[in-house]
Amino acid sequence: MDEKRVLEMRGIYKIFPAVKALQNVDFSLNKGEIHALMGENGAGKSTLIKVLTGVYEKDGGTIELQGEGMVNIHSPQDAQKLGISTVYQEITLCPNLTVAENMFIGRGKGLITNWKQMNAEADKLLKMLDIPASATQQLGSCSIAVQQMVAIARAVDMDCKVLILDEPTSSLDEQEVEKLFGLMRDLKEMGVGIIFVTHFLDQVYEVCDKITVLRDGQLVGEYDIADLPRVQLVAKMLGKEMDDLSDIKGEEGSYQGEDADKKIFEATGLQSDAGIHPFDFYIKKGEVNGFTGLLGSGRSECVRAIFGADKVLGGTVKMKGKEIKINKPLDAMKNGIAYLPEDRKVDGIIGDLSVRDNIIMALQVLTGFWKPFSKAKANAFADEYIKKLNIKTASADTPIKSLSGGNQQKVILARWLLMHPEYLILDEPTRGIDVGTKVDIQKLVLELAKEGMSVTFISSETDEMLRTCSRLIVMRDRKVVGELSGEDLTQNKIMSTIAGESAV
Amino acid sequence: MKKKIKLNDSNLLLVITIVIFTLMYLGAIIFQGGGFTKPQMFFNQFNNNAALIITACGMSVVMITGGIDISVGGVVALVSMCCAVYLDNPNGNGTIGGSILIALGIGIAYGIVQGFLVAYLDIQPFIVSLAGMFFARGMTTIVNTAPFNVENEKFKALKLTKVTIPFIGSINKKGEFSPAYVEIGVIVALLIVILLFVVLRWTKLGRCFYAVGGNKQSALMLGINVRRTKFLSHLICSTLAGIAGYVYFLHVGSGSASHATGMEMQAIASSIIGGTMLTGGVGNIIGTLFGVLSLSTIQNIVSLAGLDQAWWTGITIAAMLGIFLIIQSVVMAQRKKA
Amino acid sequence: MSKNKTKKFEAGQILIPLIALILLALINLIVDPSFFKITPVVNNSGNTVLSGYLITILDYGSELGILAIGMTLVTAASGGQDISVGATIAIAGSAMLKIICGGVSRPTEVKNYVVTVIVAFVVACIVGMLCGAFNGTLVAVFKIQPMIATLILFTAGRSIAAWINNNELPIVPDPRFAYFGGFIPGIPIPTTVFIVAICIVIIALVLKFTNLGLYTQAVGINEKSSKLNGINPTFIKFLSFVILGLCVAVAALIKVSRLSTINYSVIAKDIEMDAILAVALGGNALSGGKFNMWSSILGAYVIQFLTTTLYKFHVQSDALAAYKAVVVIILVVFSAPTVREFFKKLFSFKKKPAQKGVA
Repeated sequence: MDEKRVLEMRGIYKIFPAVKALQNVDFSLNKGEIHALMGENGAGKSTLIKVLTGVYEKDGGTIELQGEGMVNIHSPQDAQKLGISTVYQEITLCPNLTVAENMFIGRGKGLITNWKQMNAEADKLLKMLDIPASATQQLGSCSIAVQQMVAIARAVDMDCKVLILDEPTSSLDEQEVEKLFGLMRDLKEMGVGIIFVTHFLDQVYEVCDKITVLRDGQLVGEYDIADLPRVQLVAKMLGKEMDDLSDIKGEEGSYQGEDADKKIFEATGLQSDAGIHPFDFYIKKGEVNGFTGLLGSGRSECVRAIFGADKVLGGTVKMKGKEIKINKPLDAMKNGIAYLPEDRKVDGIIGDLSVRDNIIMALQVLTGFWKPFSKAKANAFADEYIKKLNIKTASADTPIKSLSGGNQQKVILARWLLMHPEYLILDEPTRGIDVGTKVDIQKLVLELAKEGMSVTFISSETDEMLRTCSRLIVMRDRKVVGELSGEDLTQNKIMSTIAGESAV
Repeated sequence: MKKKIKLNDSNLLLVITIVIFTLMYLGAIIFQGGGFTKPQMFFNQFNNNAALIITACGMSVVMITGGIDISVGGVVALVSMCCAVYLDNPNGNGTIGGSILIALGIGIAYGIVQGFLVAYLDIQPFIVSLAGMFFARGMTTIVNTAPFNVENEKFKALKLTKVTIPFIGSINKKGEFSPAYVEIGVIVALLIVILLFVVLRWTKLGRCFYAVGGNKQSALMLGINVRRTKFLSHLICSTLAGIAGYVYFLHVGSGSASHATGMEMQAIASSIIGGTMLTGGVGNIIGTLFGVLSLSTIQNIVSLAGLDQAWWTGITIAAMLGIFLIIQSVVMAQRKKA
Repeated sequence: MSKNKTKKFEAGQILIPLIALILLALINLIVDPSFFKITPVVNNSGNTVLSGYLITILDYGSELGILAIGMTLVTAASGGQDISVGATIAIAGSAMLKIICGGVSRPTEVKNYVVTVIVAFVVACIVGMLCGAFNGTLVAVFKIQPMIATLILFTAGRSIAAWINNNELPIVPDPRFAYFGGFIPGIPIPTTVFIVAICIVIIALVLKFTNLGLYTQAVGINEKSSKLNGINPTFIKFLSFVILGLCVAVAALIKVSRLSTINYSVIAKDIEMDAILAVALGGNALSGGKFNMWSSILGAYVIQFLTTTLYKFHVQSDALAAYKAVVVIILVVFSAPTVREFFKKLFSFKKKPAQKGVA
């Protein structure tokens, strides 16, 4: 093995019943290298990571580690012992233990916990990595970003040779991401090999040295970052040349009805118990607008207040000029408002239920407790939308949890479209799903608007919002700080409004 | 600048329990006086509940790890019956040592089987220990149907052994000082409380119990052997149930299928009152001890208040459990918001 | 094609209690075929009624079958079980007797028998539903785990029941009261069978003509998501406990009628365990979510079948529990995913060489 190499995976196979998850995949990592692992959902990234961390057993191939030779990894403990550490998107620490304990539990020898020594070491490490937490603090009381960093601190302290970061940035805001990148660069200096999995292309080009692309469980190739421009990267991930990623707004045109200027929904002084300042908001018929701002700026909280998902504390709400009361989601639904929530897994899918039941859920609830759909009707609804949105599922009876992320999102979208809402709220509909589906969803939004539906679209990716929205409400620190439309809709203008420069 | 010390979940619930217990006991002294000021009354709470303290401690360990074991009452009954039959056999050659071995054997065997089923076969602990309870109760009647007292001399001597407590006692009607005493079982119980407290606080294994109870998936990712940890929690709980069975046997001196009826529920109640969360990850052995004492104090208050119809005990315990559950739920909801 | 697949799956779930039933039946058939004999006999009150082990199973499995209905819903919605059903049967039964006997422990007659019994039953239903509402409030509003929340009534229930009748054990003098748990003159089939049938029809209609099933499953699987779909999870959980309370009241009627009196500490003892077992035996996940009602009810009768079989082998009623425990453990071990996987592997290893042999 090359001297610089820390990890060499060759010809990895992993077969699940009826699915070939990985086929003859090679992957190699050098010392002090940040290596992006890219691919669409279902391309095999997670499977490869799980094979490497011992969550899954490989069905074929070899793994070679510097200083260890050929290794067999049977469990996460094995991986840890060999110097392979992983930080996952979901925090995999124990919220009921202290920060220090989370950094040291499960490793080291001896039977006794030496609290004094452990806390001292932890504090030293926290200081060194500039993490704003104290060793004796209960982890559950830290912010998600800090918890994420504690997880990395743990990995760093274990003298890991290979650090795997599996979508660590998806719940962090920009500043926190920067901090994380700083940490990653420091580690790189120290000679740690880092495998970085993310959906954000920007981030890949900001920190990574190399990219390995997977598609359909097979290796597409390994590239130096300089040799692979973005467009080509996307093309490699999708397996086809993409030309419609850049501009789709022009093609669709906008809603041309007589009532195009009519305000469908209007809120004044709306406030919820989620800690946002009272805000005013309106949307016109056939309009696509959006809330933008950093994560935690209160954009999700705003739309949740509109839908009644959080407890509404005050303000008046009008639907088509008529004053209404929205205290719970059902009130909003009755008034023709639909809401696709931010967190698909937690708030969206009902995992064990079939695709059909998931699709009819909202309309069924709206129809009423005493009027269940007949089986034929439910099937007809489901089949219609499976076809319409091109949902890839074995059948309408398949449990939704066995679908890929993008298809799950389409099912949830189908659920709300079936309700034929007048006003549709989409909170991060494209997060964590593959590029192809992202474009599908963006196109769909514009189509719907053209037909007269009003849509509020929220996304962490500014360019996505620029592509779809005609008006943006900018938020900062849980307050609405500006509104942009027309000429002002540029990346720079948004950034400066978010940062607060234009307010001066 | 002084940093405000934030109590973690375990300590917060512990503090609530101790405060409430103290208030309750002081209230009892003020309003009912009499008995509650006598030291022996206080120590009798230990004498009568030594077995419960031990089972409750075991229960706390399992609950902290995120499981539950409702077989403990059955195990206590089975142990006392088996030991009674062994000591009382017509040959008369039953020894104390032998009976202790039987008790430990039953406890450990239970722990291994239940622990294996829960930890390595991923069967829900509730179902496993439900079957365990059925089995223990059934076996007890199969071993011997009728309840009977043990007449073994050595055992009787051991049963009557009292440990007097120096300097504490009361002056009886004749004006003599009679020191307060506790039974051997209480010593065993207190040793176990201390031992478990140390294990949970200062050993790696103890912290693993908390980690697994806090988040099983995370614990696995942190490199903890989750299955072994779960297995050990059940092993500890059942072994303690075996020991508790012997302590119980020592206290009552008889074997009966109806012994320790509902003890599992009392143990769970004590743990919860003592601040152990059934969701796992939060709890404290000292709290559990206070949980048992709170329960028995309430029972004493009820019976001293003249409400000695059988049903009042059940109703007051249930009411108390309810109050503590609601306190826990409200406190936790408040914390999540903060 | 895909439809066949799901049908297979649903059928798969009901297969678990069905196979258990067939196994039990086979054992009995081999040991003593007369187990299945049903003969008309003249009973104490001079009626010609059907008698035999199968009739006993149908008769004595009734309470369990009815409780299984409510327990399935509670399990599905809340992901936990109600362990207070035995105690609440005592409460509901005690309330019923208080009304019928008017607070007198040895009444000589019941005035206005029909009206009184109806009133008593309605009161029992209300009491049962109140108990359910109490449990439901703790679980749904205060978010306490069901098993622990119901521990309260489990501990206090029998005491409350004794308190209602001041610890007296009233005896109903009217022989007609025994009809519910016995036989109506002229009808050779136990009345309980009809009561269960009525309950099953009602729940079948409810599941068909309302969204109770869909809502309950949705809440059990993902509470947050169902809330955003306009369902009120708090209410659905609460409702499931109230429905169980109603089932408890019906079971109490049967239980009290069987003896025409009540014994607070013994009535419906350990029935909560059997009811939970019925749900588990029906292949339903005790952690909530999807459920199959018919599988649970069948599970209840399988448990009664087992009990009756054991009685037939002269197992003492107290020792019964030990045998049941063994059966339960065998059952759960074989349905455990880990064990299933193991057997699958074993099976496929056996299969492979066989295929080679053919080739």
